[in-house]
Amino acid sequence: MIEINNVSKFYGSFQVLKSCNASIARGEVVVICGPSGSGKSTFIKTMNGLETIDSGEIIVGNFRLAPGVTNLATLRRTVGMVFQSFELFPHLTVLSNVTIAQTKVLGRPKAEAEEKARSLLARVGLSAHLMKHPAQLSGGQQQRVAIARALALDPEVMLFDEPTSALDPEMVNEVLDVMTGLARQGMTMVCVTHEMGFARGVANQVFFMDGGEIVETADAATFFDDPQSERAKAFLAKILKH
Amino acid sequence: MSLLFEATPDGAGRYLDWIIDGLAWTLGLALGAWTIALVVGTLVGVIRTLPRGVLPRIGRIYVEIFRNIPLLVQMFFWYFVLPELLPARIGMAIKQMDPPWGSFVPALICLGLFTAARIAEQVRAGLQALPGGQAQAAHALGFDAGGMYRLILLPQAFRIILPTLTNEFMTIFKNTSVALTIGLVELTATAREINENTFRTFDAFGVVTIIYLLIALIAWQVMHRIEQVARLPGAASGRG
Amino acid sequence: MRVDLAALVSAWPFLMKGLWFTLEITLVGVTGGIVFGSLLAVARLSQNRLLSGFATAYVNLMRSIPLILVIFWVFFLVPWAIGWLTNHGRPVAVGASLTIFVTFVLFEAAYYAEIVRAGFRSISPGQYSACEALGLSKLNAYIYILFPQAIRNVLPILLTQTIILFQDTSLVYVISATDLLGAATKIAQRDGRLVEMYLTVGVIYFIFCFAASQFVKQLQGRLSYGAR
Repeated sequence: MIEINNVSKFYGSFQVLKSCNASIARGEVVVICGPSGSGKSTFIKTMNGLETIDSGEIIVGNFRLAPGVTNLATLRRTVGMVFQSFELFPHLTVLSNVTIAQTKVLGRPKAEAEEKARSLLARVGLSAHLMKHPAQLSGGQQQRVAIARALALDPEVMLFDEPTSALDPEMVNEVLDVMTGLARQGMTMVCVTHEMGFARGVANQVFFMDGGEIVETADAATFFDDPQSERAKAFLAKILKH
Repeated sequence: MSLLFEATPDGAGRYLDWIIDGLAWTLGLALGAWTIALVVGTLVGVIRTLPRGVLPRIGRIYVEIFRNIPLLVQMFFWYFVLPELLPARIGMAIKQMDPPWGSFVPALICLGLFTAARIAEQVRAGLQALPGGQAQAAHALGFDAGGMYRLILLPQAFRIILPTLTNEFMTIFKNTSVALTIGLVELTATAREINENTFRTFDAFGVVTIIYLLIALIAWQVMHRIEQVARLPGAASGRG
Repeated sequence: MRVDLAALVSAWPFLMKGLWFTLEITLVGVTGGIVFGSLLAVARLSQNRLLSGFATAYVNLMRSIPLILVIFWVFFLVPWAIGWLTNHGRPVAVGASLTIFVTFVLFEAAYYAEIVRAGFRSISPGQYSACEALGLSKLNAYIYILFPQAIRNVLPILLTQTIILFQDTSLVYVISATDLLGAATKIAQRDGRLVEMYLTVGVIYFIFCFAASQFVKQLQGRLSYGAR
């Protein structure tokens, strides 16, 4: 589904991504973890073109992303994204947040868009809040709306950039539950996250990144029980101390 | 631009001299009014932050009056109306002031007090932006009100409001043009006069426009320099 | 000296005529100014260097020179410009109203442009990313997501600028136009009733502006998004 070949990126003279290679099959759930500054956020944003790449290529389904490719409209319909800071549109109602991209980007008729929005919002447990504005919802609720908003475009891949990092602890689970449900239904997902419980339980592969490189890839069980690289071992030791 | 060096109809010099005179009145009015505005504005801003009493209310009334009436109307008040309302002898004395000063003094007072109202609001905002603990710490150390404002609160407040103060400083130069309506031959009035004498509209107004642009540039540079000099090491200056 | 109320009463209709013109100028200035100002603000954010350069230069120029000077420029030059554009060869007489409307739109747009620009900068950068990720076209993103938020964030400042505009209209005095102040001046000169006229006009301006600024204060309280 997604092929990442020798991708590098520079900010000025600083190399933030160093010849990254990866392969993600359809239906797989991949967790990207690593210390802060390792480039994970930049890496995931290259997959929907929010960050450009300076060399290498990324193939998502039939779409080829390379330096200089500019028409990303089709890519953005294939790949959905959920942000750490939710980024709901504060001046629109919850329902409108989920319908606006359907009508303006996909050109769906309003009635059909609303129908889909209602069913998605029901799926994430927010039917009671359709006419509210984002500021009236808790962080966990806002993030669930954000997930519905991304799903409304029927993407084939969902990217999650630290979806629970900005949430108070008691709301983390409601979001992880939605993500788990999505995984069980066969969505291809790439998640940058620190939630190791989620990673262990749901992920097929784990990519460990440090200093702009993908240092280690392994299936979830192997990674947590028997990390190969020194850096991965040090990282896990620090996190799992909690 | 050769216009500047042509002789004026009264044979007394060149148009350049008119421009220099106009510029002098503009600068004099602006800087004089700015001084008045800073002093009065700071005072009013401070009294508006006082907790109790009649002073904050007086401050509020001052600000509301001077901010809700157009500058031009205020000019007319000081020039035309005030002399009529004052006791006859004082009124006559004012009306008999020699021409440039008869216009300059009312304009100075007017622009000064007008700008003071705006500065007062900015000073008030700056003082209210300070953490409440600052005043408490000053009290605890035994400062009296005067010392507290002068040495602790105002220096910090001014640093906060330097950007809006810069804006105000640049505005006062533009507002001097309003004084032409009461007979002060400042820069814009000079442009109009040159136009009336030579009909070289583009040249006359063009030169004056460029001068205003230069004034704005210099004013901005001056305030920018002050901002840099006043910056506290390590203070959050909006970076990052 | 005594204040003559009878003179005020007989002057009232003419004053109201002047007030009406003042309000007309304000209305045209606000609408035209916000529209043109928004275009300038968006132009400044554009990638096209020529466009953003022009917009920036325009805004900086207009904000550095006095309004009276701009009034003179437009008043003296527009007839020439129109004459030249239509190949008349000589200045074409243009009504004072049109000149005034054009002046205020051109001038105030520079100020509204800065306010709208500040509005855009107050939007969280993630909003742009979210629009991109959803595949919204730049045009749609601006119309439906970014512009509404920008305006909403700076609405009180926009309204305050409008109050300033309302006061600025008095400067049309310099071309002898009959706005509120102009009307008062003409009566004052004809009847010798300076004090009554100028005091009245001062009071009228005060009532309008004070009421408007109180309204803006109230609005500021109610404009938060109702956060929990």
